[in-house]
Amino acid sequence: MPATKSVRAAVGEFGERVAAEHLRADGMEVIGARWRCRQGEIDLIAVDDGCLVVCEVKTRRSLAAGSPLEAVTPVKLDRLRRLAAAWLAGQERSFAEVRIDVVAVFLPQRGRAQVEHLRAVV
Amino acid sequence: MGLGRCLAVGLVGLEGHLVEVEADVASGLPAFTLVGLPDASLVEARDRVRAASANAGCPLPARRITVNLSPAALPKTGTGFDLAVAAALLAAAGQVDPRSVASRVHLGELGLDGRVRGIRGVLPAVMAAVRSGHCRFVVPRENLAEARLVPGAEVVAVRSLGDAVALHRGDPLPDHDACDPPAEPARGPDASPAVQDRGPDLADVVGQAEARAALEVAAAGSHHLLMVGPPGAGKTMLAARLPGLLPDLDDAQALEVTAIHSVAGTLDPSAGLVRRPPFEDPHHTATVVALVGGGSGLPRPGAASRAHRGVLFLDEAAEFDPRALDALRQPLEQGLLVIHRSLGSARFPARFQLVLAANPCPCGHGAGKGRDCTCSPTARRRYLSRLSGPLLDRVDLQVEVLAVSRAEMASAVAPESSDRVAARVRMAREAQRERLRGTPWACNGEVPGAWLREALRLPVGITRDVDVALDRGRISIRGYDRVLRTAWTVADLAGRDSPDRDDVGRALLLRHRSQAAA
Repeated sequence: MPATKSVRAAVGEFGERVAAEHLRADGMEVIGARWRCRQGEIDLIAVDDGCLVVCEVKTRRSLAAGSPLEAVTPVKLDRLRRLAAAWLAGQERSFAEVRIDVVAVFLPQRGRAQVEHLRAVV
Repeated sequence: MGLGRCLAVGLVGLEGHLVEVEADVASGLPAFTLVGLPDASLVEARDRVRAASANAGCPLPARRITVNLSPAALPKTGTGFDLAVAAALLAAAGQVDPRSVASRVHLGELGLDGRVRGIRGVLPAVMAAVRSGHCRFVVPRENLAEARLVPGAEVVAVRSLGDAVALHRGDPLPDHDACDPPAEPARGPDASPAVQDRGPDLADVVGQAEARAALEVAAAGSHHLLMVGPPGAGKTMLAARLPGLLPDLDDAQALEVTAIHSVAGTLDPSAGLVRRPPFEDPHHTATVVALVGGGSGLPRPGAASRAHRGVLFLDEAAEFDPRALDALRQPLEQGLLVIHRSLGSARFPARFQLVLAANPCPCGHGAGKGRDCTCSPTARRRYLSRLSGPLLDRVDLQVEVLAVSRAEMASAVAPESSDRVAARVRMAREAQRERLRGTPWACNGEVPGAWLREALRLPVGITRDVDVALDRGRISIRGYDRVLRTAWTVADLAGRDSPDRDDVGRALLLRHRSQAAA
């Protein structure tokens, strides 16, 4: 049964919360979420030891359409890079490094959410 | 995750080169990169391998996959690398035993459902791998018989990627008859069926005593032959019966011929090695590429190579594109075709016996007295001149085949069968082999003129007729050599140790169409 819009949004939001927890548990400082501009949206913004981490979160409840990671296309990665620049342009703080990460969250029918974190994918 | 290795073979022409397939599975966004100079059909291997693995029950990991085909400088083409890529990947992903995968050469194309499909050129590929010391193979079921023709090859056949996975996990193959039973050693070339079809029989040809004799001489000495005559005289029938007169191919020749036909995709694998001389009769609209081989990227063999160790018959030779005919001069001289294309050059053996048939003029009735001919003298002169001098220079036997008369048709003498003529040809070939022992040649047709005049010099009394013909300018020095070559064959057929004056006279007759100048 196709998920309604609100259900999909709720799943995405839940996945982003799980991902943010995961980043914090990894010792990163999450400094922003769901930052929007005209070009799109950054799911999570974090700082990892002085390095800015622009993070894309992909949440799936089933693997029928493949791994969540496979949904991150080169076009999407390009957009993330532009979004990172757009976000940085509005900041006073500067960062030595910028990195783009992808967090895949798989929510099985039962049991805990499974998280896979890929660093520096570009 | 890991690294997997596997071996495959890339073919350039008939030459196989061992290719190492390396697969790396690294963490990162899912991607599949194929590097190492693959062509378009090989890049498609990515999608076939991905779907085949999933449908065989062992999906590729959603990771960054890099497959390298090394040596990366060698251009690779075709679908035969699919199985090797899949095996290396599954080894890298830890699904199968990497050492088992790395120890074998994998050949085969994958279907999306995981089926392993047969490919062309398995024989030369297996031969090349065995030569470089890799004797264990995994091949598609369809190619099992062909791969086993190579002595020393240890072959396992698979029907599907699932079979290959089972093999490399050490599980028993689901299909037991597909695996190499240890009791039966790899079949040598001897095990192939000895009797293969000899084609149509010479007994079907009515009359034409002279043309039959010329055909016999051509078969005995492997001389090239030109037949000129009106339509319906039986030129095509005669030519089609030439392969039936030729002796079987020996082991080395049979391997060469089978390899060419394997690459050309014209091999019937169930018949084993090709033991009978092949017969190729391209249509007269054939292009240069169709005759000598070619194609974009890497060249493929043409009709001339498919006729290697057999007969290349050009019917209506004067209708062929003159450039296509002249392209045959290199193989006629060297027995080898070297074809250059953008991605490299390929060498194909092409030592064929050329048989040309032509009408004497555009209307076809200008032979003999030519009373029914409606062509203008200019048209008649121009017609056969389309066969270029340099090409005809290499044709030892040039005979006129006239229409069969009613008297000939009614004659009670039953035409001789192919078997009896073939027996004489065999004896004549034996005599030639004996005489040419220690030389690079096997039959009279290959012997160069200089060697004929030096090592096989005949007494002046015997060569008088041909000497006179040379003095009077009726034949060239090259024509002189051809007469001598033919004379030796005539003598071999008659069982004489060397030609006598009659043999030379007959040879002189066999090289001249009655009125046309060669």
